[in-house]
Amino acid sequence: MKERRTGYLGIDVGSVSTNLVILDERASVLGAIYRRTQGQPIRAVQEGLKELTAVMADQDVEIRGVGATGSARHLTGVIVGADIVKNEITAHAVAASQVIPDVNTVLEIGGQDSKLIILRDGVVTDFAMNSVCAAGTGSFLDHQSTRLGIPIEEFGDYALRSDSPAHIAGRCSVFAESDMIHKQQVGARVEDIIYGLCHALARNYLNNLSKGKELLEPTVFQGGVAANAGMKRAFEAELGVEVVVPAYYHVMGAIGSAILALELDLEPGETSFKGFEVTDLNYETSTFICDGCSNTCEVVRIKVGGKTLARWGGRCGKWELQDGTVRKTKVKA
Amino acid sequence: MRPPDQIRITTPHMGNLHLLLDDLFGRLGVEYIKPPRSSTKTLQLGIKHSPEFACLPLKINLGNFIQALEKGANTIAMAGGHGPCRFGYYGIVEERILRDLGYEFDFMMLEPFSDGAWAFYKSFASLSAGLSIRRLWKTLKVSFAKGRAFDQLRKRALMVRAYEKNRGHTSRALEEAEKLLAAAVTAAEIEAAARESLGLIESVDQEREREVLKVGIVGEFFLLLEPFSNFDLEELIGDMGVYLERCVWVTDWIAPHRDNKIFGFPKGLIEEKAAPFLSHNVGGEGRETIGSTVLFAERGFDGVIQLLPFGCMPENIATSILPKVQQKHDIPVLTLTFDEQTGRAGMVTRLEAFVDLLWARRRGRTVSTPPDALNREPVSPCHECKVKAV
Repeated sequence: MKERRTGYLGIDVGSVSTNLVILDERASVLGAIYRRTQGQPIRAVQEGLKELTAVMADQDVEIRGVGATGSARHLTGVIVGADIVKNEITAHAVAASQVIPDVNTVLEIGGQDSKLIILRDGVVTDFAMNSVCAAGTGSFLDHQSTRLGIPIEEFGDYALRSDSPAHIAGRCSVFAESDMIHKQQVGARVEDIIYGLCHALARNYLNNLSKGKELLEPTVFQGGVAANAGMKRAFEAELGVEVVVPAYYHVMGAIGSAILALELDLEPGETSFKGFEVTDLNYETSTFICDGCSNTCEVVRIKVGGKTLARWGGRCGKWELQDGTVRKTKVKA
Repeated sequence: MRPPDQIRITTPHMGNLHLLLDDLFGRLGVEYIKPPRSSTKTLQLGIKHSPEFACLPLKINLGNFIQALEKGANTIAMAGGHGPCRFGYYGIVEERILRDLGYEFDFMMLEPFSDGAWAFYKSFASLSAGLSIRRLWKTLKVSFAKGRAFDQLRKRALMVRAYEKNRGHTSRALEEAEKLLAAAVTAAEIEAAARESLGLIESVDQEREREVLKVGIVGEFFLLLEPFSNFDLEELIGDMGVYLERCVWVTDWIAPHRDNKIFGFPKGLIEEKAAPFLSHNVGGEGRETIGSTVLFAERGFDGVIQLLPFGCMPENIATSILPKVQQKHDIPVLTLTFDEQTGRAGMVTRLEAFVDLLWARRRGRTVSTPPDALNREPVSPCHECKVKAV
């Protein structure tokens, strides 16, 4: 007979990837899923939950709490019934401190944004998030891998085989691309171009985010781009320190949100979790333009079985509706 | 210029500036055509007709003008001035664009009083037949007193919102208070209405024992003053239970050589505080941003948020200096850059993370959940349409 265990579900729905984890009460990973969002966050969450159920088929886990994070955190919170909805900066910091308790610097590069988080004694003291620049994110690497015809998974190996990275302009993805094409047309090795690209990305990241911040060791590198060993090598070369890539680097946001749910310390049955059955429900989303004033806000409506589950998007708040399933905060001393 | 009785004047929107102007133009007997409240439509019009590299405030100004001209305005009044930033050219560029678009109007560039008292007087004299210097002075004095009272209301609302029991009540009280004050005419009436309207804001149901964070807002004046341009940031962060103070106010900005009556700290002191980091004027509010950040830090605020339009030179200078201030005075600073984007999710994520960070610093640990400010029941704070959501 399977032993019934307590678990905490963490879901991180980002622009590019959707990650789910289940932790036990000591915050160890029982199961983890990493999949693409493909522009359909609700579907991604539902499919992700199905995959997670499959992965965990040999275990009997009772979900005691659920946390949601990522840019679709509010949507996710409504769909699954989250106990805590938290921004991804805090979630990533929490997860990093769990893996390396005395971590001082967290480098995180995802699909559409990158973050730098500074901690001291386990407390986030500073952070930066890129806002206007695509050159410092995973999407740009993705785009270049398609252009070069080399799968993104192999980018790291190519970069590791280089011993003299080509200089690629890193300030702007447009300059970077034209620089890469130039190097390629004059006959530079593809390995050197790829490693050069990693350097450009690392430089861009550090220039944009680390302004005046003291980057102390231990340094953790997480997010989808940490899969690229070339990026780790480039960061180590640029920073001159050892960079640690945690085992679950790709699902750290989800781990962080599960830890936050765990910390709520809910009683059995107290969770708002709607159960794994939400994978079978048919969620309909629609948008309409509110003509109440000249702001003409686009309001999103999510319905399930003809009933409106949630609504948001207006500037004024009159359409805001969440069926009480998301307890945004819980008071704790 | 048209004869005064045919003038239908308009100006750009900037926070509560229209309340002050409504009063002033009323006293001068000039018909004031207020542009519709700045909206996505305004921004779209501005973007369509502005140079791509112009900063955000110019684009919103231009949208305001187009909408006001469509509403029947025939005279545009725009502030001039000359800090070494692009603002000094706004009026000239805006006038040219509007003429190219085929609009017929008179354009009035209001240069600051310090640039020449006579020119200043002449601008107003062209609006109001037989206006004596003495009457202009008296009119400005009483209108300005009212303007300061309007600023005081918003300043108080920023503080009270952090403690409000029911979300949205402070914003509603502010609306009522502004209506009440707007009706006051004589100096004595204004004084009485100022007290009474302030009382309306004070009487919002509050939980004074609630622990709140204190955050100061600094940066470029238009972004600070005009809620449309900053996604109603003050309301948003106030709703998270944060007590706010801001370093620029409309009346402080119009009369900068006074003592920053609303912010409460003399310009000289702000400059003195900035001096160890930045000892000269870099245009716009660059130096004030630095000095005010130091003041907030010295007063024990938990953090500072800097707002700037993308590409703003003076604020970019300040941004690059702020890390030093942050280090020296041990105060977290969040810089937010605004442009044409209409999605505010990115800003919300940063604000939420910043508030988490500030709580963590207070508590000494990161995994801590802020007090239950977010659990309050929301009510409709919509200002224009009173339709209840279904």
